[in-house]
Amino acid sequence: MATLTGPAAPPLPPTPTATRALAGAGRAVRAGWWRWTIFAIAAVYFLVPLIAALEFSLRGRDGHRTIGAYGKILSEPEFGSALWSSVKLGLMAVAITLALLVPTMTLVHLRFPKLRRVIETITVLPLVIPPVVLAVGVLGAFRTAPQWLIGTPTILGFEYVILALPFAYRALDAGIGAVDLRTLVEASRGLGAGPVTALFRVVLPNLRTAVLSAAVLTLALVLGEFAMASLLLWDTFPSWVVHIGASEADVSVAVSLVALVLTWLLLMVLVTLGGRRGGRAFVGVLTGGTRDE
Amino acid sequence: MSETVARPAQDVRADATGPGELRPVTVGPTGKGSATGESSGTGGARPGRWSRARADGAARTGLDPRAEAVGIELRDLRRSYGDVTALDGLSVTINPGELVALLGPSGCGKTTALRALAGFERPDSGQILVGGDDISAVPANRRDMGMVFQAYSLFPNLSALDNVAFGLRLRRVNPRARRQRATELLELVGLGHAGRRYPHELSGGQQQRVALARALAIEPRVLLLDEPLSALDAQVRASLRDEIRSLQTRLGITTLFVTHDQEEALSLADRVGVMRAGRLEQLAAPEVVYAWPATPFVAQFVGTVNRLPGRTVAGDLVEVLGQRLPAVQLGDAPASGTAAVDVEVLVRPEAVVVTARATGTAAGAVDPTPQDPTAATRPVPITTTGALGQVRQRTFRGAVTRLRVDLLGLTARGTAVGLDGEPASATIVADIATAQATGLHPGSDVLVTLADRPVLVSDPAAAH
Repeated sequence: MATLTGPAAPPLPPTPTATRALAGAGRAVRAGWWRWTIFAIAAVYFLVPLIAALEFSLRGRDGHRTIGAYGKILSEPEFGSALWSSVKLGLMAVAITLALLVPTMTLVHLRFPKLRRVIETITVLPLVIPPVVLAVGVLGAFRTAPQWLIGTPTILGFEYVILALPFAYRALDAGIGAVDLRTLVEASRGLGAGPVTALFRVVLPNLRTAVLSAAVLTLALVLGEFAMASLLLWDTFPSWVVHIGASEADVSVAVSLVALVLTWLLLMVLVTLGGRRGGRAFVGVLTGGTRDE
Repeated sequence: MSETVARPAQDVRADATGPGELRPVTVGPTGKGSATGESSGTGGARPGRWSRARADGAARTGLDPRAEAVGIELRDLRRSYGDVTALDGLSVTINPGELVALLGPSGCGKTTALRALAGFERPDSGQILVGGDDISAVPANRRDMGMVFQAYSLFPNLSALDNVAFGLRLRRVNPRARRQRATELLELVGLGHAGRRYPHELSGGQQQRVALARALAIEPRVLLLDEPLSALDAQVRASLRDEIRSLQTRLGITTLFVTHDQEEALSLADRVGVMRAGRLEQLAAPEVVYAWPATPFVAQFVGTVNRLPGRTVAGDLVEVLGQRLPAVQLGDAPASGTAAVDVEVLVRPEAVVVTARATGTAAGAVDPTPQDPTAATRPVPITTTGALGQVRQRTFRGAVTRLRVDLLGLTARGTAVGLDGEPASATIVADIATAQATGLHPGSDVLVTLADRPVLVSDPAAAH
């Protein structure tokens, strides 16, 4: 057999595979060209304003560069409270959204598949209804609610749940569609799991990525939402940034950049927690753990 | 012949009570727990049983035959989804420790029956008895049944070991005990080395093995198998099938197996229940279902069957392909009287004799029954009665070769037999020993006769 495969073998003509590989390389080059063009356009679109903002925030009085604007952020009395208020509202919205959507969607998926269309339609509504109507409508609906709810920014948390509904629903729906939830839940029930156990031990761990996407989307939405807070006259981080911008433009821009980095960091933390190894531990902590190893 | 004639119709009832292996359907005084006793426990946990297991410690193995197996009875189950009737008064009795396979075409209600037993479907009416207790109102998570699904059902976020240990964890078995038990069960299904692997790292066959181990880990009273092999390739399917059977025999666990694959059902089950349109057509031992089908549907669904036009003649004889053979009435076929009645004759391919016609010598005789050792040495006389045919297709199947033969007419006695004026069945399928089939090729002229054995006869109207 060695003689057949040894060096004495005559050189082979280009095989169809090789030819195809060459053609493929040509396509890849062309595709690469397009990819780079699109990437460049996107980069310009996103980066130029950022760079301009950074340049503006570093501009001193007499043409010198200074980080004075960044120094002033911390001395602004309401910076911390506004940021903390937004983060609190974001976490609240995430908690309510997930607590509302995950069990509901699981139940609808497993028991009432016909209701899916209805639920889907309802979740699109916040995109269609203007924020003014939403804000005023929610206020009207909560008119008889206790003072701690409508008299504090907490009301915004509920408004944000509504705003985040379309995004969170779609993220979770994709996750539910990606696993055979029915079989998994039935398997767990056959092994002795009740509905609550099945939800925490089977549904949640297997929707980990989807749950995380829903949480990230909701949080990002809250941290950047201005219209609702402004309409309802509550100070959140975005409304404070706009407010500051009226008197101190450089600080406002500096704060915006800081907020961008902070939000990005927060999202990275969430994504890392939801990643492969750490995510299992993270979800394990949340669900009481199902692992023996 | 008369007692044989009566036999198929009685099979359903005779076997439902179980001929030899009937054991009293009783429940042990403790441990197994009645339906009400179970529901009082937390999440189906049975501390008594598992504290015993913990006390035994290492001595406990997954191979312990069950202390007592339970019997199952489905009584007159009905379930419909809108216009579709999935279960139409299904009644099945499974003896303790028995493996019953429900076999039927898709949509016949067999999976619905299994899911009703598991508690995933609520029948509109009827009763489900396990160990004598009606469990209709018990939720699925307290029914104490191990189930293996058709779809891959392992929890993707858990390793194989954790999957097997899942049910034990819910029963609050301590970590060391459940780990040990899960490891034993993985070894039992030949995957002791794969405990740390995740489902996506296992092949389909391995996943179903782990699923089986997971189902057995909770020491269920009943094992439910919902077409667990249908997603696997042929070789894996055959080996896993044999393993399931030997495990089930060793553990002595009452098992319901649902499949649309007749070979699987016939080779695996103690008794096979053939279902059609939500009802049980026949429930009997595989050999009985095959040889003495209760209805034309069973005859056609289980194995291949030739339907030939025939005519009853005096006594219990039927005339088919010019031969007179003893007739066995099938199901609700008209009782044979003295009057000649047109009937349909059902003949298995292995009962069809095909001999080369050109040579016409005794050397060309073909023995149709390789399973029958006496037949191999017996010279087969060439009868003058039979049908002339021409081989149309020849399919090699290993030990046997399947021939499809166009029937051209009868050798003798003139008239071709027809039903309602229609010509005789155009083709016939024959399985003959491959060694005997060497001279028979597409186009060969042949003589087709039937083995001199009783044939099944049914009312032609019922078969269509």
